[in-house]
Amino acid sequence: MDNLNVIIATDCGSTTTKAILIEKKDDIYRQTYRGEAPTTVEAPYEDVTRGVLNAIQEVEELSGRQILDGETIITPAEDHRGVDIYISTSSAGGGLQMMVGGVIQAMTGESAQRCALGAGAIVMDILASNDGRQPHEKIERIRQLRPDMVLLSGGTDGGTISHVVELAEFISAADPKPRFGSGYQLPVIFAGNKDAAQEIERTLGDKTALTVTENIRPTLEAENLGPARHVIHDLFLEHVMAQAPGYRKLISWTGAPIMPTPGAVGLMMQTVSKRQNINVVGVDIGGATTDVFSVFEDIFNRTVSANLGMSYSVSNVLAEAGLADVMRWVPFKIDEADLRDRIKNKMIRPTTIPQMLEELQIEQAIAREALRLAFVQHRALAVGLKGVQAERTLSDVFDQSEGGESLIKMRDLDLLVGSGGVLSHAPRRMQTAAMLIDAFQPEGITRLAVDSIFMMPHLGVLSSVNEIAATQVFERDCLIYLGTCIAPIAQGKIGAPCAQYEIGLPDGAQSGTLNIGDLMHFPLEAGQEAHLTLQPERNTDAGVGPGRELNTTVKGGTAGLILDGRGRPIVFAENQSERADQISRWSETLDLYPR
Amino acid sequence: MAHAYTPGLRVTPQTLLQRQRQLPLKGEVVVSQGDSVTRDQVVAHTHLPGNVTTLNLVNILSCTPEELPNYMLKREGDPVEADEPIAETRPFIKWFKTTVKAPISGTLESISKITGQVIFRAPPRPVQVQAYIDGNVIETLPEEGVIVETTGAFVQGIFGIGGEIWGPLHVISQEPEQILTPDQIDDSCANKIVVGGNLLTLDAIDKAREIGAVGIIGGGIRDSDLRDLLGYDLGVAITGTENIGLTVIVTEGFGPIAMARKTFDILSENNGKEASISGATQIRAGVLRPEIIIPESSIHEQAEESDHPGLIEGALLRVIRAPHFGQVGKVTALPPELQTVESETHVRVLEVEFDNGNRAIVPRANVELIEE
Repeated sequence: MDNLNVIIATDCGSTTTKAILIEKKDDIYRQTYRGEAPTTVEAPYEDVTRGVLNAIQEVEELSGRQILDGETIITPAEDHRGVDIYISTSSAGGGLQMMVGGVIQAMTGESAQRCALGAGAIVMDILASNDGRQPHEKIERIRQLRPDMVLLSGGTDGGTISHVVELAEFISAADPKPRFGSGYQLPVIFAGNKDAAQEIERTLGDKTALTVTENIRPTLEAENLGPARHVIHDLFLEHVMAQAPGYRKLISWTGAPIMPTPGAVGLMMQTVSKRQNINVVGVDIGGATTDVFSVFEDIFNRTVSANLGMSYSVSNVLAEAGLADVMRWVPFKIDEADLRDRIKNKMIRPTTIPQMLEELQIEQAIAREALRLAFVQHRALAVGLKGVQAERTLSDVFDQSEGGESLIKMRDLDLLVGSGGVLSHAPRRMQTAAMLIDAFQPEGITRLAVDSIFMMPHLGVLSSVNEIAATQVFERDCLIYLGTCIAPIAQGKIGAPCAQYEIGLPDGAQSGTLNIGDLMHFPLEAGQEAHLTLQPERNTDAGVGPGRELNTTVKGGTAGLILDGRGRPIVFAENQSERADQISRWSETLDLYPR
Repeated sequence: MAHAYTPGLRVTPQTLLQRQRQLPLKGEVVVSQGDSVTRDQVVAHTHLPGNVTTLNLVNILSCTPEELPNYMLKREGDPVEADEPIAETRPFIKWFKTTVKAPISGTLESISKITGQVIFRAPPRPVQVQAYIDGNVIETLPEEGVIVETTGAFVQGIFGIGGEIWGPLHVISQEPEQILTPDQIDDSCANKIVVGGNLLTLDAIDKAREIGAVGIIGGGIRDSDLRDLLGYDLGVAITGTENIGLTVIVTEGFGPIAMARKTFDILSENNGKEASISGATQIRAGVLRPEIIIPESSIHEQAEESDHPGLIEGALLRVIRAPHFGQVGKVTALPPELQTVESETHVRVLEVEFDNGNRAIVPRANVELIEE
C-alpha cells in the first residue's frame, strides 16, 4: 500500500460521521479537507452508509474532487477524480460491548480486561471464580447484559482446568443472546489454558460461536494480548458490525478492515510512541465516556470510563467527584440545588453549549474532575502483572507490594494529548492546556497537545495500511501543540521559593523565582524553542532529582510555556475566600477567561 | 454540519401513532392483524428460562468429578422435585451413606465431569406483553409481537421515571405556572394520572403516591427531590424500570419551570380521558423520551403527518439553557454567520422574541423546537 496518493477516511461515531481527505503533495501526506454528517445507524435511516455518503459529499463540495459516482466510491484516483483507498472506523451503535472472564480477578481477569479494552471494547463486567458472587448471580448477570462478545481466559498453560471450565459452564447455562440480531450465536473467544481448550469446546461449542486462540496469560510472568486482540477485531467485523444496519455494504467498500474507533486511536498512540521514542498519554473525553490511552516503556494500555462524560454522563461526574471537588475549580459560589438542576438539564439535553461565562467555567470544572477520575481509573489498570514471584531481599521484608505497580510515571511522561469537545472546542487554547494540567498534574517537563478535529481514529486505521502517511499527517495536521508544562515537584508553604528559572526566549532571556503555589506564563509560539535552566530548592525535584539543576530545551505552542509551582497534588487554600482568590489569580496569570 | 441540531419534542393534539409490542424472547402472539385491542389486553406471551441453581457435588460426596456420574440418581434433562434425592454414595456400611437432594424443583440441566458442578434450572417463568394503548393491530411479528396503531393526542416529556401505566387524566392546576401543592391532591386522584402545571415537589409526589395515583405529570422536578424519591443519585439517564409506586413525567426539565402552554392545553382539553403513559427515558444513541398518549375513543380518519419545517422564522421554540432557560418564544431572525457569545464560544445563533415581547440572541444548539 505504498502507492497511495489520495485517501478518504471516515469515522462513524454514535452521533456524527466524520470524513477526512488526505493527499500526497510534494512527497508529503497532508490532511486537506474534511466533512461531517449525522450518523444514520438509527431509525429512520438504519443504514450507516447514508451518513458516510453525506460526509464524503461534503468533502467533495469543499475539495472540488469527485469521489462518488452515485453510491460508489471511485478508485483509483486520477487527476481530480476518485481516491486510492477508502478506510473507516466505527463506534456507532454504542461501540463494542464485551464481557470478560478469568479465573483470578486480579490476574487473568485483569489481563482479559486489558486485552478487551486495548482492542477498543467497553468491558461490561468481569467474571471471575473469586469475584465473590454466587454461581446463580453470575449466570443471571451474563444473561442480563447481552454483550456483543465474550472473552474467556483463565489458567496459565498447564495450570487449572476446572476453574475455567466452570466459568464456561456458567456461560453455557446463561445461554446469552447477542445484542444485535436474534438469529446468530454469541461470539465467544477462549484465550486461556490451552489444556482446557477441548473441554471448553465441548461445553460451549454448540451454544456459541466459539473461537479458540492463544492464551493471554501463558505464564504468570507474561501477558500475550496480541493474538486475542486480533480475534476480537475479526469477530467485531464478522459478527457485530455485520449485524448493524448497513455495515455489510460499508465493509465491502473499505480497502482495509473497519476498526473500532478506540482501537484505532490506540494504534495511533503506539505508532507515535514508537516512532518518536517517547512516553505518551492521550485522553478522549466524550459525552458519555472518557477513554484514556497510555504508552509507557512500549507498554500500551487503554481504559474507558463508561460513565464519565460531559453530557449523557455529566451528572455521574458530579455524583462520583462530589460537589466540593468540582466547585474547588471555580472562583464563585453557587447554590447546590441550583447547580444540580443545571447539570441534570445538561444531561437530558446533551447538545446544548454554555452561553454564559459562568456556565463555561462550571463545565470546564466538571471536565477537570471527569478527566482526573478517568485517569485514576487508568492508573489502577495500567499496572505491571500481578501474581508474579519477585525475588525479595531482606530490605523488601516490610514492603507489602504484591507486584502490579502503576506503569504510569508522570515525570517520565513526554507528551499529553487531549481530544473531545470540551478540550478541542474550548474558546481559548489556554483553557485546554489548563484543564489538562489541572486534571493530569504532569510532573517535570511535559509537552501538551490537542487533537483539534479528532483525526486520530482515521490515522490509526491508516497506520495499519501506510504508517508513513499516518505519522506525517499526525505530526503536521492532527495535533495542535499547546506548549510545555514545567512542574517541579515541590513541598512547602505557599509563597516559599520553589526554584530559580532562566528561560532563553526568542525576544530575550527571562529569569526569576518560581514560588510554591504560583503559576507563571511565558508566550512561546508553536515551532519556537527556548533553553530552560531550572535550579530547584533543596527539597524540590525538577525531574532529575531533588535540588538538582535541570538544563533542557522546551518547545512552544499556542499556550506557550507554563511554569507550575502549585505542588503535586495541587495544594488548595483551605479557606473558601482564599481559595477563590487563588483560582482567580491562576486564571488571570494564564488569561483563561475574559475579565 | 449542514443543519443545526434542534431536538424537538412532539406535542400534538392529534396524530397517528404506532407502538411495537415485543417479547424479550420468541413466544406466541395471541391477537391477529386487524384486531381491535385495549391497553390492558395481552397481545403476546412467552416463557423466560427459569433461574439457575448450582451445586458442587464432589465436595459433598467426597469423590472426583470423573467419578460423579457413578453416584448420580438423575441424568441430564431429568425433571426433579425439591428435596428429591439426586445423588448418593454406596458405602459398605449404610450409616455412612450420603444423599444429596435437589435444591429446587425444575430440571437437572447439566452434570460436569470436569468441575463436579451440577446445574438445576427452575421452571420457566411466564411473561406477557400488553397492548399498552387502545388501538388496532396493524401488523403481527411472528412469534415476537405486534404493532398497535392508534390516533389521538401525543405529548413527549423530557424526562421520566417508572414504566408503562394507564388511567384517566386528572388535571389539577388551572395554569401552567401553578405549582401543584400536596393539599390539592385528594382521594379523587386514586388510580388516576395527576397533572400539575409547574414544579412537581417531593411532597406532592409523595401525597399522590399515598392516595394511589398511578402517575403524575408536571413541568419540572428538582434534582434533589428526584434523589430523595429514588433513594440514590441518578448518574446516567436510563430510566423506566424504577419501582416507586407511580410513573413520574416532567415535560420541561429540572428545577421550577412552567409547562409549555401548548402541552398544558392539550392535557387540559383531555381532562378525564383515559391516557397511556410511560416514564422510560434513555438519552443516548436511540433517544427514548417519556410519553403521554391519549387515544381517541372513535378512531378518526388517519391524521396526516406533515413534515416539520425545521428551524425557520416564526417557529415556536423553547430555550433549554441559561440565561433564558425554559422561556418560550418565536424565531425572529436566523443570522447565518457565526457569532461570539458571552463565553467567547463561536456559534450559530438565532434571535428569539419571547411571549413578553423581549428579544434575545441564543445559540441554535440551546433551543428546542416545539412541534405543532
